Amino acid sequence: MSAPVQVAASLNPHATTAILETPMVEIEQLSLWYGDKQALKDVSMSVPKHRITAYIGPSGCGKSTLLRCLNRMNDLVDGVTTKGVIRIGGTDVYDPGLDVTELRKRVGMVFQKSNPFPKSIYENVAYGPRILGVNRRADLDGIVERSLRGAALWDEVQDRLGESALGLSGGQQQRLCIARAIAVEPDVLLMDEPCSALDPIATARIEELMLELKNSYTIVIVTHNMQQAARVSDYTGFMLLGELVEFGVTRGLFTNPRDKRTEDYITGRFG
Amino acid sequence: MSTGARKFWRSGEPFIWLTGAALAMALIMVAGLILIILTNALGFFWPDAIVRLTLKDGKTLAGSIVDRERVPGAADQFRIKVRVGNRDLYGADFVWVDEAQIAKRERPADVAVIERTEWGLLIGTITALREGDRVLASGPTAWEEARRRLPEAERLRAEIRQVERSDIGAINYAQEQVRLRLRGLELDGVTSGVAVDALRARMAELQEAYKVQEARLAELRGRGAGSLVVTAEGGKEKTLPLAQVIDVYFPNQMGVGAKSLHYVAKVWEFVADDPRESNTEGGVFPAIFGTVMMVMIMSILVTPLGVLAAFYLREYARQGTFVSTVRIAVNNLAGVPSIVFGVFGVGFFIYVVGGTLDQLFFREALPTPTFGTGGILWASLTLALLTIPVVIVATEEGLASIPRGTREASLALGATKLETTLRVVLPAVMPSILTGLILAMARAAGEVAPLMITGVVKLAPSLPIDSAWPFLHLDRKFMHLGFHIYDVGFQSPNVDAARPMVFTTTLLLLTIVVFLNLFAIAMRNRLRRKYATAAV
Repeated sequence: MSAPVQVAASLNPHATTAILETPMVEIEQLSLWYGDKQALKDVSMSVPKHRITAYIGPSGCGKSTLLRCLNRMNDLVDGVTTKGVIRIGGTDVYDPGLDVTELRKRVGMVFQKSNPFPKSIYENVAYGPRILGVNRRADLDGIVERSLRGAALWDEVQDRLGESALGLSGGQQQRLCIARAIAVEPDVLLMDEPCSALDPIATARIEELMLELKNSYTIVIVTHNMQQAARVSDYTGFMLLGELVEFGVTRGLFTNPRDKRTEDYITGRFG
Repeated sequence: MSTGARKFWRSGEPFIWLTGAALAMALIMVAGLILIILTNALGFFWPDAIVRLTLKDGKTLAGSIVDRERVPGAADQFRIKVRVGNRDLYGADFVWVDEAQIAKRERPADVAVIERTEWGLLIGTITALREGDRVLASGPTAWEEARRRLPEAERLRAEIRQVERSDIGAINYAQEQVRLRLRGLELDGVTSGVAVDALRARMAELQEAYKVQEARLAELRGRGAGSLVVTAEGGKEKTLPLAQVIDVYFPNQMGVGAKSLHYVAKVWEFVADDPRESNTEGGVFPAIFGTVMMVMIMSILVTPLGVLAAFYLREYARQGTFVSTVRIAVNNLAGVPSIVFGVFGVGFFIYVVGGTLDQLFFREALPTPTFGTGGILWASLTLALLTIPVVIVATEEGLASIPRGTREASLALGATKLETTLRVVLPAVMPSILTGLILAMARAAGEVAPLMITGVVKLAPSLPIDSAWPFLHLDRKFMHLGFHIYDVGFQSPNVDAARPMVFTTTLLLLTIVVFLNLFAIAMRNRLRRKYATAAV
């Protein structure tokens, strides 16, 4: 683990206080191409441990791509090439010798569209632990309950764990996906626009949940909803056309943007 | 076009009517088909009243009326078709009688209908019971006495059958095995020695056993339990050994209850018994067995093959021109006429694969082919080939309908591609696989053409499963309901008598297909409920 470094101050000279943080994820000069098209340009940043870091930006700016680099989900797309370094907890993510499945067990992910497996609620949560080789019923029971409690879903589903997960409401499904992700106790939780398909009440519940989860997990969230970023995140990065335009403490970025383009975006002049 | 007509056309109303009419047409045709099969099939087992007709020229005949139609050329005259039976006495089972010729109709209570092992129905009055030349009873008491003896006769018949089929059959089978081993040794150049002597001794033993059984059979056959003397209408007499009697009933004495009981018994006989009289009588059990077994072997072969192929096409192959071509080819395969598959089955499975198997493993039986001739394995394989496109297409559609997100979710949890495929994709695609299997089974159960040249026969001496090792005989020929319909209806020596059998067998085939489908649908629905997916 690297020593605590000053992240915010160097990037955001306008930040009122420079906070010392432990970085969980370090990205250095990351570039990514889909075929010939460059989707990420020389992105460098650090994600502090046990904080919520948000990426905002207009559609197609590369924020989801950046997120998917962290657990190498981009590997699934044909013709992707990357350059640069990502370290998570000191491990080089793009090390050719690295077992991708090991990485993904440490970096959980929640997707834009809730995607529970067509299985029972219980089996959805138990899926990850089973993959890891946990098979004893008592152990699984404990993990399932703890994860569902962690995702604030336990009280709603404890009587129907055997029922299909597809019978849950949209918000419940998304919280189930969170429970499923935290069941394997990852270090980092990636969330790709987790509330974009939810109504305001369900969104509020997820946001509340994120604030609880950040005590145990480092969360990186991609959102196109600036209010959401402002409400929940500690740090925000603004991306545009594959570049990380600005990164800093959320309050600073929203009240006192350093870059003209950031200002234009957050004041609604484009996007 | 007038404004009114145009407005009417633009309202869309005529098109709705057109679509509705098309659907109604389809429904009426299906309903008509089922109705015709039902009416023709269900009446077959009902014991019809026996009518005695006295003609104006003094001749009499007795039988059940099966048809009535206008006499060709005469406007208001009708004629009736009477099933008189007694083919051995008068030559024809059915006669046409002009109604104008009939002087008297009556329903005598004492006319018996006798089902026997050969020559079709015997219709007449029972006049005596004899044993040899001795008359045991005559007049009305004859039937009383005969009824007492019938169970014994039936037991005897069963025992004879048992000896013929099982006991002698087993000896024949064992003899054949020994002969083949001797022949095998001979092919290896061994013509004397301990092994050969042992086999020869065994052969002699079997021959002894065979003689014992043969003697027993002769004794059983000689042990007559008496004969019925039946006087048919028209004066001819028939002496019928009780051992040949299968059933005797007096339709004119039976009430609705008795007739219903008779009906149920006949239906059961139809479903559970072997055919008699070149398939025109008796049951169709071997054909049911063959059909179901062939469909099952086919399912066992086609499901894994089709599912794996679909998985490769959709999950692993790089989507491009080649895969698209393969996909189109697979789809077109479903449209190839089935007889083409049959010809392939003969040319490849039977001649090439079967012939090679015979050369390698059944050398001693040659020139008699073992696998190098039609059999249930080759028929099932041919049908598996015929139905594989159905399974592939259904599975592929199922795979395509699984959201990308579901797979990503599994991968993001650290599962490998294989774990994802086996633990998430496969269960989710299960209902689609079953849909494919349902369609494949329905198609296979109804297919006849390719079977006729790959292993179906008119009458199979034994079922593909029996008590002789290895119990499952995949090389055996088998009977099939679809072929049975064709055979009974169009190849039978007694078409009039066999016609109702065509409809009953058709009804049975339909019922079996429906049941196989219902079973698979129930299974699919259970899976769907379990996963609550909306997959195809």
